[in-house]
Amino acid sequence: MSQISPRTVVLVDAVRTPFGKAGSSFNGTRADDLMVRVIRGLLERNPNLPINQIDDVSIAAATQTGDQGMNIGRSAALLAGIPNSVPGYSIDRWCAGALTATTTIAGGIAMGALDIGLAGGVEHMGNHPMGELMDPNPRYLAERIVDTDALSMGATAERLHDRFPTLTKERADRFALNSQLKTAKAYEEGKIQRDLIPTAARSAELGWTIVSADEGPRPTTTMEGLAGLKTPFRAAGRVTAGNSSGLNDGATIALLASEEKANELGLTIKAKMVTFAFAGVEPEVMGYGPVPSTIKALSKAGLDIRDIGAFEINEAFAVQVLAFLEHFGIADDDPRVNPYGGAIAVGHPLASSGVRLMINLARTFEADPSIRYGITTMCIGLGMGGTVIWENPHFTGGKK
Amino acid sequence: MTTAITLPEGAPEEVVTVAKVRDIDLAPFGYKGTLALITLDNGHDHNRPNTLGPQSLASLDAAITEALSHNPSAIAVTGKPFIFAAGADLSALSFLNDRAQALAIGKLGHDIFRRLDESNVPTFAFINGLALGGGLEIGLHCNYRTLSATAFTGLPEVFLGLVPGWGGATILPKLIGPEKAVQVIMLNALNNNTMLKAKDALGLGVVDAVFEPADFLEKSVAFAAAILSGATKIERKDYSSDPAWDSALATGKAAAHKKFGGADLAAPRTALELIAAAKSNTRGAGFDAEDQALADLTMSDPLRASLYAFNLIQKKKKKVEGAPKSNLARKVNKVGVVGAGLMASQLALLLVRNLKCPVVMTDIDQERADKGVAWVKAELQKLVEKKRMSAEAASRLAGLVSGSADKSIYAGCDFVIEAIFEELSLKQELFKSLEAIVSPECVLATNTSSLSVEKMSIGMKNPERVVGFHFFNPVAVMPLLEIARTSHTDDATTATAVEVGKNLKKTMIICKDAPGFVVNRLLTRFMGEITDAVDEGTDPAVADNAMRSIGFPMSPFELLGLVGPGVALHVAETLHENLGPRYRISPTMQAMVKEGVKTFYVKGDDGTVSANPAALALIHKGSTPSTAEEVSERALRALAEEARMMLDEGVVKTPAEIDLCMLMGAGWPMHLGGILPYLDRIGLSEKVSGQRFHAPGIASVLK
Repeated sequence: MSQISPRTVVLVDAVRTPFGKAGSSFNGTRADDLMVRVIRGLLERNPNLPINQIDDVSIAAATQTGDQGMNIGRSAALLAGIPNSVPGYSIDRWCAGALTATTTIAGGIAMGALDIGLAGGVEHMGNHPMGELMDPNPRYLAERIVDTDALSMGATAERLHDRFPTLTKERADRFALNSQLKTAKAYEEGKIQRDLIPTAARSAELGWTIVSADEGPRPTTTMEGLAGLKTPFRAAGRVTAGNSSGLNDGATIALLASEEKANELGLTIKAKMVTFAFAGVEPEVMGYGPVPSTIKALSKAGLDIRDIGAFEINEAFAVQVLAFLEHFGIADDDPRVNPYGGAIAVGHPLASSGVRLMINLARTFEADPSIRYGITTMCIGLGMGGTVIWENPHFTGGKK
Repeated sequence: MTTAITLPEGAPEEVVTVAKVRDIDLAPFGYKGTLALITLDNGHDHNRPNTLGPQSLASLDAAITEALSHNPSAIAVTGKPFIFAAGADLSALSFLNDRAQALAIGKLGHDIFRRLDESNVPTFAFINGLALGGGLEIGLHCNYRTLSATAFTGLPEVFLGLVPGWGGATILPKLIGPEKAVQVIMLNALNNNTMLKAKDALGLGVVDAVFEPADFLEKSVAFAAAILSGATKIERKDYSSDPAWDSALATGKAAAHKKFGGADLAAPRTALELIAAAKSNTRGAGFDAEDQALADLTMSDPLRASLYAFNLIQKKKKKVEGAPKSNLARKVNKVGVVGAGLMASQLALLLVRNLKCPVVMTDIDQERADKGVAWVKAELQKLVEKKRMSAEAASRLAGLVSGSADKSIYAGCDFVIEAIFEELSLKQELFKSLEAIVSPECVLATNTSSLSVEKMSIGMKNPERVVGFHFFNPVAVMPLLEIARTSHTDDATTATAVEVGKNLKKTMIICKDAPGFVVNRLLTRFMGEITDAVDEGTDPAVADNAMRSIGFPMSPFELLGLVGPGVALHVAETLHENLGPRYRISPTMQAMVKEGVKTFYVKGDDGTVSANPAALALIHKGSTPSTAEEVSERALRALAEEARMMLDEGVVKTPAEIDLCMLMGAGWPMHLGGILPYLDRIGLSEKVSGQRFHAPGIASVLK
């Protein structure tokens, strides 16, 4: 048996549906239909890809029942018209579902088991409210394996404020405001829309329409407005609907390939994967997860945080981003961080968000060839973080 | 603006298709502007398609007004999932008793639909699912049409005895030319209401683009944006000086004549007139003519009979009149067919294809049994070759069929049907011998066409499991199945027979075991009058053509040629014996059978049909000829008499069942409502028995 040497994994392209608010735009649309739509949109954007050469389809959903069940990886591929010969599977790591689909497909490509794969995620939080069908083992609480806060994501965010008292509500609100403003600016400049696949949506009451923009952004947000919001997770808390991501419906998909295959087929290369890592923390402060996962990934890559020129960090909660930035000594408003805004503005359909980070990072790479490395990272319920380090294929050798 | 129409009392409440407007930003599709999208949705799932009654039309009217008020770059109309619109709400038509109302409904449709053409912005129909009749006509009024790749569309009006009178008869010929318009409006409609597949609709030019259903709306909006920006252009041709008008219209006329046995019926004639006028008229003039045509047809008895027949067929397909509760039906996991001749083999094929369970056949020796099995397997192979069945499916089914000379293979059968020689004693013997092999619950069915089922069960231990199960030839094609109960047949047996019939996708009636059941009893009586007339000295051509104008699909002697004089004579003899001398035995027929002359008509090498001299030579010619009118009167009178007797005897309970039988078992046309509405219409029912079969207003215009 010959030894297979690791191969470079590249991001060819990635797209997403606009993110709707749960119970709104996509209320009458199935999760699998959202997934099908982005798969077809991605394939249409990449006509050089021979569809039968896709080696696997990995689709994440945090709740894998109903229209997100039936092995959604296989099911969405079939519904999208991908040939029977292409296999598919579903995958789950809660919020990091699509991120994990990406790293799993990437692992297969790196070792030569796959040449081309699709990795994505979908979450229809209108159809599948958080915690749906969840049945936590009573031992969790009986044996104090986790605190009661661990299963309420908002409560874990409050716990981060407790742990890091310098991360004030005011800082969280300001970060949230900036996310809204950056997103509004990106929308004005047409920078978000270019990777959105306009998606049909039907409402029994209103009829059909096409959704072509995220529903979440509130460009008129103000600090005063944010300050007055309720803190639903505890009395006199700091976490509000304004400095958290919303409840959303959406789907994302990425096309990954070996560098060799991408070149052979004439596919675009938007980013090259350097390495990735996942790490765990106490479930009560799950938002802290990206810190250890990033440390681990940097260490594997032999890089330092100062080598990273672009950060796409999922904004599940503002405080969780701030905890990350604070740890690495990065300013709350550092321009390298989420330049197009983030989940606080556009939304966070759980398992789909990982690929959204890649979409944005690829655009940052494309816009600034002086950047060499970037990361996509996110926190994960039950106390985890995931980080992928990417290299800019457009890097021209300027600053890092 | 249009005025509201109030439906007459008794009309079912309209299921309103509501039209809703939403604006779609076209910027993501490369065009600066908005598209106002109108969704048609009656609030039910696809099992209750969108239809268009007065309130639905008013809703569409309001939606168009609203859409225009948004100053969009374009307007489009689409449907609910799987359904665009299945056409006009026909349920109300049967209740209109005032021509002015009928005229108003036609005009209302035009007045609203034409706004889509006369709007100051381009209009589109995004036909996402089934679009029939008025549904497609909405699309035809739009400037452009896209169609989902799996959707069916068509203009079935002529099939129903109407015309595409909401613009279709005028716009379609102008859009796609006379030949293709005749294809869609006439030939397809007359060919058992054939619908267009998407690729055919695109090929004919009925639609401008076809997109896969997975992202149909997105692709359709992108298409609209490309039209608006000029990136996509659709060329329209002017067909007004096309040389094919005359030949196309002649083709349409010939198809109608063929379908209705040479009769000149109002619906196809009017449709052709409207198509012809489209060569040179304005759309407006065409619409006016359509309004008048629709009003005339709507207020005509043939249309009412046709709607009655259509509804009857739809309803009875699902629900068998007088059927016992379906939970009484026993499971059928193995079926026997007795006999391995052609009829038995056809039954075996039909049974195995639909029941997908073991089917065993026997005949008097192994060789004959093998021949029957081989025939079934060869037919399955033909289906594979025609790509109508997968090789896998054929292999599965072929493996289920076996044959033997030994009747013991019927052991374990749940349902055995016999198709042996039509002789009572043979069948009696057979059923007794089967009783020794099968369980007491096994249904024993007979495909006899005229023998007494009751008599077949005489002397049996379990006569309650014997039932008549009468198919029509060819058994795979003819939709009717007559299920005949004897005085012993129990509910479980009947329910099982109905369940088997359902699986065979047949339309069924349950009748009393009476000679000839329903169809053969009426047809034989009817035919007897014709042969009588000939035997009495009437010119066979006069007798045979006497009812051409009524619109039967074939003349009596054409039918006789199909059935064969041998079978016809045998049935006539049985009925004569059991029902009395009104069923006469024709010496001419006896002579034909004796001499082996099979038809009254022969087909020449050039395809022309002429009288068969061999048959003419055998006619037993009397000296009291009848006129065509007399022949027609006596034949129809015989039908009225016999039908009334059957109802009085309780062969079936309702006139509708008789009509259903003639529609589905004899192929008699919808504009006659089967037959009884026609007999009512010409006054024969009352002449014969002092009463109509159907109350005025059912299958007729209430006068």
